[in-house]
Amino acid sequence: MNTQGVIAIYRQEMARFFRTIMESLISPVISTSLYFVVFGAAIGNRIDTVEGVSYGAFIVPGLIMLTVMTQSVSNASFGIYFPKFVGAIYEILSAPVSYFEIVLGYVGAAATKSFIIALVILATAYAFVDLPIAHPLAMVLFLVLTCVSFSLMGFIIGIWAGDFQQLQLIPLLILTPLIFLGGSFYSISMLPDIWQTIALFNPVVYLISGFRWAFFGAADVPVGVSLLAIAGFTALCMGVVWWIFRTGWRIRQ
Amino acid sequence: MPPIVSVRNLTKTYASGFQALKGVSLDIAQGEIIALLGPNGAGKTTLISTICGIVQPTSGTVTVGGHDVVRDYRAARALVGLVPQEISLESFERVINTVRFSRGLFGKPRDDAYLEKILSDLSLLDKKDSKIMTLSGGMKRRVLIAKALSHQPRVLFLDEPTAGVDVELRKDMWAVVASLKAAGVTIILTTHYIEEAEAIADRVGVINKGEILLVQDKAELMAQMGRKELHIQLGAPVAAIPAVLAPYALALGKGGESLIYTYDTKAERTGITALLSDLREAGLTMTDLATRQSSLEDIFVGLVKERA
Repeated sequence: MNTQGVIAIYRQEMARFFRTIMESLISPVISTSLYFVVFGAAIGNRIDTVEGVSYGAFIVPGLIMLTVMTQSVSNASFGIYFPKFVGAIYEILSAPVSYFEIVLGYVGAAATKSFIIALVILATAYAFVDLPIAHPLAMVLFLVLTCVSFSLMGFIIGIWAGDFQQLQLIPLLILTPLIFLGGSFYSISMLPDIWQTIALFNPVVYLISGFRWAFFGAADVPVGVSLLAIAGFTALCMGVVWWIFRTGWRIRQ
Repeated sequence: MPPIVSVRNLTKTYASGFQALKGVSLDIAQGEIIALLGPNGAGKTTLISTICGIVQPTSGTVTVGGHDVVRDYRAARALVGLVPQEISLESFERVINTVRFSRGLFGKPRDDAYLEKILSDLSLLDKKDSKIMTLSGGMKRRVLIAKALSHQPRVLFLDEPTAGVDVELRKDMWAVVASLKAAGVTIILTTHYIEEAEAIADRVGVINKGEILLVQDKAELMAQMGRKELHIQLGAPVAAIPAVLAPYALALGKGGESLIYTYDTKAERTGITALLSDLREAGLTMTDLATRQSSLEDIFVGLVKERA
């Protein structure tokens, strides 16, 4: 195991994060605060409570998931796409590092960033609402699994992308709708019956539902199913990453 | 001593169907400088990319220090440093950080004293905290060299190190290469500048269309092909070469205004003295004399044309 190599990649990626601390941290905090103002204060006043939780508190887990998913994908995809774009990838490919070590460095750093952002948003949320955490360990577990699996997904997108437009394509066309329709701002039990059934095909529903369960002890779908869904998604992403490296797809000719 | 790099029947066909390497075999001895010479698209970069692990071989084997570059890639790659042809650097990174990154990537513990020595040898020490985007093109190229040397490789690949580089930097690089050789590092460089191969290489390999046409000791190559031509400008043009001069196998220049005599500088007798006296015998007058030595370039162009 080339531990130094993993540390070198991890450090370089984290340095990028701290170099752009404004974009990295401040912007998710600002946008989350805006969501609080718009959804929590303006709309929330008319909604009262959802499943016995004040609306302002109810949207916090969804907001965190929303940010963690988009940030994980964008950080991880950019992290591997950028060296590909400037050509610096030659060094990674010619270095004595295994595929596993490359993924560990890049995805580990991207997941760390998302985790830090999630904690910052959570802290920001406390400035607006009272927030119980019923199952803290489960909350951390869901958070870590989401950071890791979506960073893996971002890594795949970064390797697949041939230009900057493609880098934005999947997050914009697939991820954002799935997240918004996944119950970030509402419980799917608030939807008409037909839409509830359709929503169950959206994998993000299970992640947000499980994460919300960790806070309030209530969920749209059983928490075991949520856990299975996130574990399955992580395994799927790992499988794709393994296939990419085995075949050298889009990286090693 | 076994070769440090050994390439056996290496072929590479890209997904597009383009066959970049057609069965290349090459042994590189420890401590030598070998220049791979060839026109654009000859397969030089594919060859070194395959040795360095960036390109997967289609068939054939490559070993570095006895380690197969595919099966035993960790041991093989740890011995190798690569300076790529294109300037491929992250602009926002600082010089020292990018060099530290390279060293770590190759599994070596941090050693800033060593890295600063490299930067100092490459006249980059005062730029160590500068962002890469603020450096000139020549300096960026030096940063690439510093990165390649950061993990103390035993084999260094330089892919067109002086393409688009000014004369001064080129001389500096040659000096760096010479000092690396003195330290026992094996150097493989690709170039299409003949002077570069002539100036610093121990051996020269000529590659074209995915095949190695020739690999030879540079001095031997030069000597073997090192023929000289004597161009004799005549006072008055002649229609044909006089019979008395037949033994010299002269060639008639354009318009019969000059005679060209080819001789071997290494021969015991060049025959020049006899030729000049026989010219007078034949009643020819000379207005000028010039000699011309065939360079590596002539050899190279001759080889590439011959096989085309």
